[in-house]
Amino acid sequence: MTMSVKPWVWAWLAAAQAFAATLVLTSGRGAGELAYAALSFGAFAAIVGMGQMLVITLGPGNVDLSIPATMTLAGTLALKVMGSDPGTAWLGLIVALGVGLAVGCANFALIWLLRLPPIIATLAASLVYQSVAIWSNRGLRIKPPEGLADFATGRLLGVPNVAWVTLVLAIVVWVLLERAVWGRWLLAAGQNLRAARLAGVPVQAVRAATYVAVAVFASLAGYLLSSFSGGAALNMGAEYLLMSIAVVVIGGSSIAGGNSNVPGVIGASLFMFLVVSMLNSYGAGAGVKSVLTGAIIIAIVIAASTRRPRA
Amino acid sequence: MLSRYRIILPVVSLAVLLAATFYMQPRAMSYFGLNLLFNLAVPIALATIAQMMIIMVNDIDLSLGAFVSLAACITATYLNDTPLLGVLILLGLVASYALMGAVIHTLDLPAIVVTLGMSFVWGGLALFILPTPGGAAPGWIRTLMTVKPALVPMAVLAAVLIALVTHLLVIRSRLGTVLRGVGGNARSIARAGWNVTVLKATAYGLAGLFGVLAGMALVGLTTSADANIALRYTLLSIAGVILGGGEFIGGKVSPVGAVIGALTLTLAASFLSFLRLSPDWQIGAQGAILILVLTARLLFSRRGAAA
Repeated sequence: MTMSVKPWVWAWLAAAQAFAATLVLTSGRGAGELAYAALSFGAFAAIVGMGQMLVITLGPGNVDLSIPATMTLAGTLALKVMGSDPGTAWLGLIVALGVGLAVGCANFALIWLLRLPPIIATLAASLVYQSVAIWSNRGLRIKPPEGLADFATGRLLGVPNVAWVTLVLAIVVWVLLERAVWGRWLLAAGQNLRAARLAGVPVQAVRAATYVAVAVFASLAGYLLSSFSGGAALNMGAEYLLMSIAVVVIGGSSIAGGNSNVPGVIGASLFMFLVVSMLNSYGAGAGVKSVLTGAIIIAIVIAASTRRPRA
Repeated sequence: MLSRYRIILPVVSLAVLLAATFYMQPRAMSYFGLNLLFNLAVPIALATIAQMMIIMVNDIDLSLGAFVSLAACITATYLNDTPLLGVLILLGLVASYALMGAVIHTLDLPAIVVTLGMSFVWGGLALFILPTPGGAAPGWIRTLMTVKPALVPMAVLAAVLIALVTHLLVIRSRLGTVLRGVGGNARSIARAGWNVTVLKATAYGLAGLFGVLAGMALVGLTTSADANIALRYTLLSIAGVILGGGEFIGGKVSPVGAVIGALTLTLAASFLSFLRLSPDWQIGAQGAILILVLTARLLFSRRGAAA
């Protein structure tokens, strides 16, 4: 049976539908603003979603639960180092990426050396990262340097800068996955770890690189998000834990690993934002909004499972 | 052989932590002290058992925290105001958990994603019932949770009782053995003539039952509820199961271990407050303890397993 439709099409269709449903209510007004907001907020979800996608591709049991803590820690430390001084944006970026690198290495060390299940390892480690963030933040709210804040909230050719960053990142990830040997290795390891090892794939190196990549992506998202929202907050990553997993699945990647799908993650990130704004514009309360969001996620998963060819 | 090792580690880690706590604060070595230390352990132990039921059949439940919160909200409102309706709603929750298990199995859906979606649903319903913190604990639950039996504090007694009942149910009973078999090899259970869909629904239904009990016990302790009251239970319960010697795949779980794991996690929080650690580091130290205990697990699994 050939797949006539790429799995990522559904996420984009769903996003378009949510977009249209919102505009029906406003009879077409505010389309530009809505698209702009979706691109801005969807960008953060897409960055962490792509990281989570790489980890989930590694196969069953692989998931990074430390994304929120990593985002918070990177945002907090970067802002602290920059201290609102102009011209420190690059320094902040380096600090944030350094945090990501360190977190990724620490996570993988726990998984590899201590042989902890990744869920537990990243969960336990995230508590430590969170503590470091609390300790270094101390309730202060440091503003990002003006230039950086302008960049994070600014636009180029009518498209938010954060969306451009995401696009560049997405292209890099796509090329790595589809055209580079590393992507082949990642997929091979995700499909059958043992077979991949016997075939000469350096599986531990692939896993290490993947866990570092997700942490670096999370720290980049944390850096951008804290610049975007005018400062780091201790709970700023909280909603991205479930979000990162949801966009991967809605985007059409298999939760069992072994396949991945960059355009789908982006479509799903837009969709997640558009669904919430659709429910907002229909005047749904917080409770109803949450119930419907959950119901939609499950409906998509069910639709995806009945569509896929049975093995 | 391996199952014997499985229970040693949780027991040892709880004992070490308990000894350290008594060393730090000798006054904790009393009826009243123990009650304080383990006060919050009962709902966590029940939630851990609920998570264990799911892990037993090779799935994982990311919605448990939201579900326990919802059960707590219903306990503090409907069960208090109109007991009959409250009981019916709670039974409905258990049934919906069983249905979730059946759907996950029949449609071959990834449990991690379905439960993720359900966590939004439970959370939304809880917000709907209690938009702001409030409600009141039904008197009988309050009495039950604060009862002071002779010699042994209520929390310890309840933990022993929960461990005993679930041990009989999961390890000793016919049903429990088959359920663990589903986690071990679902196909051979199916070949042996069992209906795996029904079995999965049973496992999920049991998880729902223990989740509801956790919510009720929690409200009995806190006397009121809010929609986010137990969100951290999702991760705590997973950690408790693993700490108790359970494994994510293969139906290898230990109810007694899971209860001990929950006690250890509760105690870790109390222990850290005795250490006079800066509040900044409380959470981090909890993570560190978790890593430490799991590291110790390595020694056992190396010795126990041939691989």
